[in-house]
Amino acid sequence: MSKPSKQIHLAAHFPGVNNTTVWSDPAAGSHIEFESFRHFARTAERGKFDFLFLAEGLRLREQRGRIYDLDVVGRPDTFSVLAALAAVTDHLGLTGTINSTFNEPYEVARQFATLDHLSDGRAAWNVVTSWDAFTGENFRRGGYLRQEDRYERAKAFLQTATELWDTWDAEDFVADKATGRFVGRPDVGSYTHRDEHFDISGQFNVPRSPQGRPVIFQAGDSDEGREFAAARADAIFSRHSTLEAGQAFYADVKRRLATHSRTRDDLLILPAATFVLGDSDADAHEIAQEVRRQQVSGATAINFLEQLWNRDLSAYDPDGPLPEIDPLPGENTVSRGRASVRRHEDVLRTAAEWRERAAASDLSIRELIIEVTARQSFIGSAATIAEQLNDFVQRDASDGFILVPHITPGGLDSFVDQVVPLLQERGVFRTDYEGGTLRDNLGLRPQASAADRQAAS
Amino acid sequence: MPDSYPLHLAVALDGAGWHPAAWRASDARPQQVFSARYWTDLVQEAERGLLDFVAFEDGLAATTDHHVRPSHRTDLVTGRLDAELLAARVAPVTAHIGLLPTVVAPLTEPFHVSKATATLDYVSTGRAGVRVRTSASPEEFANIGRRPAPQLVDDIGGRAVPTDEVIRELFGEVADYVEVLRRLWDSWEDDAEIRDIESGRFVDRNRLHYIDFEGDHFTVRGPSITPRPPQGQPLIAVLGHQRDGLELIGRTADLGLVTPTDEGDARSAVSVIRSAAVDAERDPEGISVLADVTVFLDDTAPAAQARKDLLDDWHGTELVSDAATFVGSAEQLADQLLTWQEAGIDGFRLRPATLPHDLIQITQRLVPTLQRLGVFRPHYTSDTLRGHFGLDRPASRYAIA
Repeated sequence: MSKPSKQIHLAAHFPGVNNTTVWSDPAAGSHIEFESFRHFARTAERGKFDFLFLAEGLRLREQRGRIYDLDVVGRPDTFSVLAALAAVTDHLGLTGTINSTFNEPYEVARQFATLDHLSDGRAAWNVVTSWDAFTGENFRRGGYLRQEDRYERAKAFLQTATELWDTWDAEDFVADKATGRFVGRPDVGSYTHRDEHFDISGQFNVPRSPQGRPVIFQAGDSDEGREFAAARADAIFSRHSTLEAGQAFYADVKRRLATHSRTRDDLLILPAATFVLGDSDADAHEIAQEVRRQQVSGATAINFLEQLWNRDLSAYDPDGPLPEIDPLPGENTVSRGRASVRRHEDVLRTAAEWRERAAASDLSIRELIIEVTARQSFIGSAATIAEQLNDFVQRDASDGFILVPHITPGGLDSFVDQVVPLLQERGVFRTDYEGGTLRDNLGLRPQASAADRQAAS
Repeated sequence: MPDSYPLHLAVALDGAGWHPAAWRASDARPQQVFSARYWTDLVQEAERGLLDFVAFEDGLAATTDHHVRPSHRTDLVTGRLDAELLAARVAPVTAHIGLLPTVVAPLTEPFHVSKATATLDYVSTGRAGVRVRTSASPEEFANIGRRPAPQLVDDIGGRAVPTDEVIRELFGEVADYVEVLRRLWDSWEDDAEIRDIESGRFVDRNRLHYIDFEGDHFTVRGPSITPRPPQGQPLIAVLGHQRDGLELIGRTADLGLVTPTDEGDARSAVSVIRSAAVDAERDPEGISVLADVTVFLDDTAPAAQARKDLLDDWHGTELVSDAATFVGSAEQLADQLLTWQEAGIDGFRLRPATLPHDLIQITQRLVPTLQRLGVFRPHYTSDTLRGHFGLDRPASRYAIA
């Protein structure tokens, strides 16, 4: 045997508010009731998954000035759901997406420290940024941040939160009745932080949590986002789910680590991945096609097209050809509150590619949108999917996956029942949890406290 | 319909108890004050006592008492877990008791707190409330850093306090904040989620509403990202000491927390609240007024006094409390509560001096005494917090009748 197999990390993304989630299926349940979250989390834990992942959005999406009504709409508060899930799981990591633009470091630091205490060391934070005035309309500050400043604020935010988590060392919390000392020093938790974004001082009021700080995730794909991750994150939630794109991203990000004095093992790369499981490969492909049609109705296809075209295309027939008029470049005024529209960098070029593709295969608008947006990452029998997932990881396209099922809350059940045992048989996925904390299970080194770091230097 | 068990009983939990030396008591578990096990045990004990709700104190500074400036002592419970998360953490392991975290209005976002409370209502299936408090604490403002702390002046006792004008401003912001919470909870009508397969629409957007709140301190567009919570409107509690605080309760709250020192004081507090409610065109009887009392309970009054003396001795000074302090037996406390009830108080939010001792005295001594007198429920008659207070589930203000 050559080098030992890499161990796969698996996470479960609770189905979100985009068209990946098929709400029209008879099996689809509530996206809000706690019972759905409980079922989903317990299934993931039964499958020995590393963690559960929750996304966040702070304003309901709109298209052409009206609330977008074709996808699942609405979600609960991230922190409250994760804290409640800590009560019904024992090992599963609890990852929350929390915005660094519409929160303050002191409150977020104490919310994550609290979650880490209340879950005995299972908290993780996916740090995201936004700047749009549209979301800002729900908050005191409004849309105050320039796009180019958002990573600066995110970096300063995470730096500040880290300073707060480091204000308490393990030995500061004494609680010794005999000596009458509750804390080891009177100025416990003291800090002062001043930079361009934050000017705060005082005492942090949560003792050091089991992991020291939550596991840090980053999700952006831009050069800035990659640098931010290479410098500060423990894991990246990426979106490159093809082998070649995954390998390129993997190599690029892992290479960046050295310049930040970090090793390749200090940062995990976990792409989002969808899957369709069937009794046979042919069966799975048939189901996959049907799921794609559920995900992209005619109305959804027109709305997708409008997001790229940046125009009202409601008069077009989804079963007809693509519009002959060109997209409107510049600020997207059709779609609001949707990160994906910002990924269309050159809309005219993308439109030209789509037209070419539609012409080559004689595709209608709906067929084209299915082609360009809805292809699942892994399709096949349990054996095929297990092999593909393992191949992807062993060939350094990722360190594992954040699986996004398309049915709430039961979309993970068959994966856990059928695919996980095959991965375990191959010896590439755990049969039981290795450690007590999420960091342990992710194979990350324990987080040194400020005092430890000082002693080491 | 008049409630056949008219007395409401709740507890406020904070650290190891409300006495600053509580963590040194023989049955205290100070090593576990930041653990889920500790809080689960306490809330489950309160639920065994059939209490209406448990309130969780919170603050955005290190001192355990936000009325007191930092002491830099090493013998106090220092640190607190976030109350909203704590309430959500105990929700799945309880079934009846209401859960009421504290939030600090001027230093948090009403949009976040609205969805957090709505979600607490989902994870507890209808048992959420929230206590909204203000702050003039320089320490809390310095930790958040988004706005300057209110100007304080020395009162006759030499304590730094906000001026009347500042208090009016801060209370005005609490009223705005509560208004935003309520509008956001109503911003989704109950039947907004339609899942209409034929038209492909998941929601009926005509049943989702912008709230367009504009006030001096914030504007909030809405709608909420979280659908209308199970209770429709979780209960909002406000604590008031003086006339302006009591009037704020009358204008905004479902649960008024008051701190009378005697029967006459209790009577006048209730009267100020009810007339402020009338002025604000609210139903004055729709507000439940609960008196806060810090309690030291033992089998006999001398035993309770001896325990308090020991705690005071450890701390070095006598307990200072913004609420009345009761030292005695559970039977004696029951007598006092009934006297105050006759003065118009609807119930009590007891502050156990030490945990779990005084909580267990409440659940295992006080509650059976009140049950024998026929004034407290022999079992839960409702599974929601609104239900415990005899309140129906209201329609959304945006629903077209």
